[in-house]
Amino acid sequence: MSSTTVKSSSAKPSSAKPSSAKNTLVGWLMASPLVLILGCFLLLPIIAIVAVSFWASTEYSYFPAFIFENYEFLLTSPVTLSVYIKTFMFTGITWFLCLVIGFTVAYFLAFHVRTLPMQIGLFLLCTVPFWTSNIIRMISWIPFLGRNGIANNALQDMGLIDEPLEWLLFSDFAVILAFVHLFTLFMIVPIFNSMMRLDRSLIEAAVDAGASSRQVLTNVIIPLTKPGIMIGSIFVVTLVMGDFITVRFMSGGQSASVGRVISNEIALLQYPAASASAVVLLLTVLIMIGIMLRFVDIRKEL
Amino acid sequence: MTVESTLELHDVSKHYGKDIIAVNGFTQRFASGSYVCLLGPSGCGKTTTLRMIAGHETTTTGDIKINNNSVTKLPPAKRGTAMMFQNYALFPHLNVRDNVAFSLKMRGTDKPARHKRADELLDMVDMGSFGDRLPDQLSGGQQQRVALARALITEPSVLLLDEPLSALDPFLRVRMRSELSRLHDELGITFVHVTHSQDEALALADTVVLMNDAKIEQAGTPTEIYNQPRTEFVARFMGGHNVIELSGERFAVRSDHIRLDKNAHDWPATVSFVEFLGSTVEVTVQREGCADITATLKDDVFQQQPLAIGDSVGVEWAQSAQHKLV
Repeated sequence: MSSTTVKSSSAKPSSAKPSSAKNTLVGWLMASPLVLILGCFLLLPIIAIVAVSFWASTEYSYFPAFIFENYEFLLTSPVTLSVYIKTFMFTGITWFLCLVIGFTVAYFLAFHVRTLPMQIGLFLLCTVPFWTSNIIRMISWIPFLGRNGIANNALQDMGLIDEPLEWLLFSDFAVILAFVHLFTLFMIVPIFNSMMRLDRSLIEAAVDAGASSRQVLTNVIIPLTKPGIMIGSIFVVTLVMGDFITVRFMSGGQSASVGRVISNEIALLQYPAASASAVVLLLTVLIMIGIMLRFVDIRKEL
Repeated sequence: MTVESTLELHDVSKHYGKDIIAVNGFTQRFASGSYVCLLGPSGCGKTTTLRMIAGHETTTTGDIKINNNSVTKLPPAKRGTAMMFQNYALFPHLNVRDNVAFSLKMRGTDKPARHKRADELLDMVDMGSFGDRLPDQLSGGQQQRVALARALITEPSVLLLDEPLSALDPFLRVRMRSELSRLHDELGITFVHVTHSQDEALALADTVVLMNDAKIEQAGTPTEIYNQPRTEFVARFMGGHNVIELSGERFAVRSDHIRLDKNAHDWPATVSFVEFLGSTVEVTVQREGCADITATLKDDVFQQQPLAIGDSVGVEWAQSAQHKLV
């Protein structure tokens, strides 16, 4: 794609044979840095993973082969199914909450905050938590949610509960809470971007035509910010689908996800099995993105 | 069919913060079915005035009445106005038919009924065969027709047009101008048209309101404004006028009312510039202690007595052609 663009733009109208060959070379050269980077850091690793997924292994070794045992085991194991269902559940709930919170925050920033400096200021404020690492932000929930943590103590002091809530920490609730906390920004940014590009006179035109503010939202703003919503959704879905550390920390090791299965297999040096799991996960995520892109054309937004 | 559609603005002002005054004491009454042009340079408050009539901007003071009912506090859709936006503001995700039917959808009209009505309006603006297209598949002129149809589907008594022709190329602009004029005659409602082009205002309006610096500079029929400019600003903005200072008073004289005579010498001047414009020739003359004076001469008049740069001529005009400026 990029190489053809380069070629066509550098081709002169009266291109004789030798110069067009030279232009082709120049085109390839100009495209080569990107090709090299993508080739070395994206394509090669994926090829390696796919290759290793067909290797054979014993408890203590693994060696090149071409067997389907890894996939066979993976695809017939009931554990795989339950782990995928759990992961889909995490993904679905996190996606929904991120969407609701992200859309609301972006809407507030884009349409209720009037001045640009204020918008930028508040937007930066949203990003401040991201100056610390994911893990620190995640772990900081633990003293808050723990059995004798701030949340439980406060609720008890207020007399709302008699004994500590057990499900606050090391539970699916905690996992989803951490996911939403970690990933909502990835929803806010693209939706906010879409909203800022939205021509304000369209909203006025809708009001002029008698639309109530709810009708403006459903008939104008949501349809026109769909690309942003979709980009944010892709971020959130891929991040949650591939996560292993959040699930491990926040569930206290009690919940499984596809990422955790892979990480466990790697810990046990079962590289061929881990590779097979990774390939299946990759395909699953690609299919999900493919389905999502069916609904919205995000090219306009890029 | 005539709809009663008088429009009245009484002492309407718009202030932003303490210091910025966008519109200052706009008072004017427009008869039902008139074609009003709000004319003026950018930043003069004409668009703000239009947006206050539409209800997209609140008024700081004053009252706006349509058909003798005050609409100042009403939301845009309840005023009986419809606005056509400068860049048309068509919804990019809706096809042409749904764009036109939008306001009916907001009112809860069912789909077949609103599509039928939308198609009728599209036929009226000659866009009947474009119902299924998306706005970005249309040319500028076509988009404008759709925007017009969308505004008219609400059956407004006042149609507000914000610089409707400025996004079109010159050829299309003239064509759409006559289209607007035809539509105005057909509908019989009041049009308020914001423009910075004096040609447009003169061609279309039956009332021109020329604004400058948040205030009305002069309001009247196009002939009044053009032939009897009240102030120097009006004379200069409308163009085709010379502002001449004689014994401490200033007068406006239309440049095509000025004669140049090589043989007369009672008000001598020197030709400094000659420009051939086809049917006319524009000759600029200089006179000591006086601003440049432009004379627009008919081509054949000029040919009888050709002038070149450096020629000395006498400048003449009829007493009736000069208008005192305040």
